[in-house]
Amino acid sequence: MTRIALAVLAVSLAILPFFAGDFYINLASQALIAAIFALSLNLLVGYGGMTSLGHASFLGVAAYISALMTTRYGMGHGLAAIVSIAGTTLMAAFFGLIALRATGLGFLMITLALSQVLWGLAYRMSDVTNGDNGITGLTRPMPFGVPLDNPASFYWFALIVAVFAFAMMAIFVSSSFGSTLKGVRDQPRRMAALGFNPWMIRWITFVYAGFWGGVSGLLYVYYHKYIHPTSLSTTSSAEALLGVIAGGSGTLGGPVVGATLVLLLKNYASAYVERWNMLLGLVFLFIVLVMPTGITPGLRKLVTSMRGGSR
Amino acid sequence: MNSPTPDYALEITNLNKAFGGLSATHNVSLAIRPGERRLIIGPNGAGKTTLFNQITGDLRPNSGQIRLFGTDVTHFTPYKRAHFGLSRTYQIITLFSGDTLEHNVTLGLLGLRPARWQMWRPLSFYGDLATEAKRTLDMVGLLHLAAHPVSDIAYGEKRRVELAMALAQKPRVLLLDEPLAGLSNTERSTVKALIASIPRQTAVVMIEHDMDTALDLAETVTLLNYGRVIVDGERDTVIADERTREVYLGT
Repeated sequence: MTRIALAVLAVSLAILPFFAGDFYINLASQALIAAIFALSLNLLVGYGGMTSLGHASFLGVAAYISALMTTRYGMGHGLAAIVSIAGTTLMAAFFGLIALRATGLGFLMITLALSQVLWGLAYRMSDVTNGDNGITGLTRPMPFGVPLDNPASFYWFALIVAVFAFAMMAIFVSSSFGSTLKGVRDQPRRMAALGFNPWMIRWITFVYAGFWGGVSGLLYVYYHKYIHPTSLSTTSSAEALLGVIAGGSGTLGGPVVGATLVLLLKNYASAYVERWNMLLGLVFLFIVLVMPTGITPGLRKLVTSMRGGSR
Repeated sequence: MNSPTPDYALEITNLNKAFGGLSATHNVSLAIRPGERRLIIGPNGAGKTTLFNQITGDLRPNSGQIRLFGTDVTHFTPYKRAHFGLSRTYQIITLFSGDTLEHNVTLGLLGLRPARWQMWRPLSFYGDLATEAKRTLDMVGLLHLAAHPVSDIAYGEKRRVELAMALAQKPRVLLLDEPLAGLSNTERSTVKALIASIPRQTAVVMIEHDMDTALDLAETVTLLNYGRVIVDGERDTVIADERTREVYLGT
């Protein structure tokens, strides 16, 4: 049953550009990017118990590095991508050293503060980042000579990256290291007493999440061909966190569903309601009240109880 | 790890720990031989668990020294001490309640193995871990519940999972913090037999209030009160000592 559903989903994702218009193809591309970003945040929030309010740092910095490397330094896209991802991962390694001095609320505040610093820099260092005007005139890469300028080809590119990212993160959380990560989330003291190094486990996960956050940032800047300080803002981090929690943190499908939901609300509701944030808040409130563990676990529970009831 | 065989498995010298003005551990010195069975007794608030937490590294002492098999581990992190052969159970059950019994014990095994850093193979890849975990569960009589989540099993069984997790690590020093707390009479004798069957390469240090059961398991006894060692020695000597009666037995 679930296998059939998954197969239908896979096929419809693969052939989406053949039946959907450009608007929807672009929307789907954005959803894929948001999904990678939410999945990477979920490694911290859901599997590691590290609630971060600064994850947009990684998306934003990867995007800015790529933009700067290709415009100011005339680098090719391939090299710029490598520099961008390597730089973002290094930054995650450094941020992890600072933020993981604390857990819980302290961790949250440090991630928030670090991301605010970057956001401030992006605004104020205008000779580098062009400040509030953002960096314009960017191009999309041509992987293996295939131009990504039409919506369909960009969508397939994003789909390939997203499937790969999903698989890599799924392997990570189901690995034996993933079990230790969940163990440290649930009983850190016990884990230490059993011989595990909780700090190292958290730090490695933080760096890995930063890496995938960077990958989503790269896709983000390719898609928009533009980057602005808002992508580094707390709002951007909070939106992703909202998606993760609404969809179901600590599950693999949850962040994908949640991120898509936030994106759709943003795109559709903003057309009708000016204060779409308010609507997002209401929807979020509804989800938390009705399905406290998130949409994906909530629906699963509903389906099993319905099946149980019909028997 | 140390070339000459050290005399003591666990050696504590002049250990001090104060919380504000309250001295929870006051100049405590203890020496436990390899394979020894030591019972630590004392009224509530005597500093027994605080002492355990310093031995495991969860708490830093203000002064003094802790040695494991001759190595000074006073400034070692808890996980490093685990790799030195130190293992513990908790007074308040500290298990992974959403996971199966087998998974809980497997984590105990994984903690001391390099496979814990493995990032692309699932735990199930390591068949030897599963076999070993099941063997340990069998030892504590819970093999039939191996696939059940911890949240499904009874309190007394959880106590035995606590033990299984620690025993799976084949520790050289095992700290048991009230392993009999809250158990029924039948469960007590099960756990008692279990503790009695712990192999002799493991030194066991146990905090326990149930004297009837615990004294049978002990060779040596340490009486703590207000963070100080009051009496320390062979079981029968300590029991006969009038200070023990005064402090602990209340007459």
